Amino acid sequence: MIDLLVDILFVFLVLVALVVTFTRDLFAAVMLLSIFSLLSAALFTIMDAVDVAFTEAAVGAGISTVLMLATLALTTYKEEETRRPKSYTVLPLVIVLLIGSALIYGTLDFPAFGDPNAPVHQHVGGKYIKQSLEDIDIPNVVTSVLASYRSYDTFGETTVVFAAAVGVLLLLGGRRQNISASPLLRPSQRTISSRTAPSHADPSNNEANNDGNGEEA
Amino acid sequence: MRPIPQKRNAVLRISLRPLIPVIMLFALYVQFHGDYGPGGGFQAGVMFSAALVLYILLFGIEKAREVLTPKRMEGLLAGGVFLYGAVGLLSIVNGGNFLDYNVLAHDPVHGQHYGIIAVELGVGITVTAVMATLFMTFVERGHRPSNEVHARGNSAIVEDRE
Repeated sequence: MIDLLVDILFVFLVLVALVVTFTRDLFAAVMLLSIFSLLSAALFTIMDAVDVAFTEAAVGAGISTVLMLATLALTTYKEEETRRPKSYTVLPLVIVLLIGSALIYGTLDFPAFGDPNAPVHQHVGGKYIKQSLEDIDIPNVVTSVLASYRSYDTFGETTVVFAAAVGVLLLLGGRRQNISASPLLRPSQRTISSRTAPSHADPSNNEANNDGNGEEA
Repeated sequence: MRPIPQKRNAVLRISLRPLIPVIMLFALYVQFHGDYGPGGGFQAGVMFSAALVLYILLFGIEKAREVLTPKRMEGLLAGGVFLYGAVGLLSIVNGGNFLDYNVLAHDPVHGQHYGIIAVELGVGITVTAVMATLFMTFVERGHRPSNEVHARGNSAIVEDRE
């Protein structure tokens, strides 16, 4: 029964991934990616990885969708059509198929799901599970591994998240007054708004933007 | 990502507003119950910032900025990482290794509990601040060019600069 459920979820995952690849509507792609994350979260739940499922649902289906929608609002909702000669598409396709089949061939050697003799369970995992209650005495072993045994890693992850925000603030943020006041920063803003302008379907918007550029120059 | 105008969509605002405190409360539950059930600082931070994002969508960025000023957000961003690092330094001061919680209390197991709660709180604070900051930065970025484009005719660019 559970195997059947897993299979159905995997089929849906592949379908959603294919549609995301082929659609030109970026809004639909973002929504489908959100569904993709939700399906993955369901899969993780079935496989008893509740903490991972939680993260996947909150981050993948939740906040990253919102951030991608915000990005779409800043740029454009439609992917532009690109026409390439046929010879461009054959070689990449062959390479992708070769690498893909090599990867699938590699997975044939994988241990079965939940196999206690799998290499990943032979290392420190067993020790953590055995000693967690004695050392740390909290029921959720995932938390004790993340926050105590592997505390350095979590510190590193937190720093990475922090660094991501610092990067975004350096690139996009800053005090609004400073940006408006500094004449040096004006042109770069202009290029961004004019770069996105032609892709807008609305011609009046386009015109307005061009006018704005002229005025600025 | 423009906020919903105050006068329109009253249904949305009124029906979704009660959700915000519930989401925040659930995020706090996930934060502090992470020792016993699924969850922890990262998930709680993401959920808490989801409540903030919902607030911004419903009531606008200006209103949210009254509380979530850039200075405060930057403080929270660094504060969470600082809290995490401070726990590590505290365990060095108490004679252990970096992030060795055993020395934080007389009973090593209690020390582990304190350490984990403090560290998870640090993660939660940083993740909340990061996600909310990212969203607000994107929204504010979107505000400016569109304002200028629309207000080109009536010299509101100058107004914007002031």
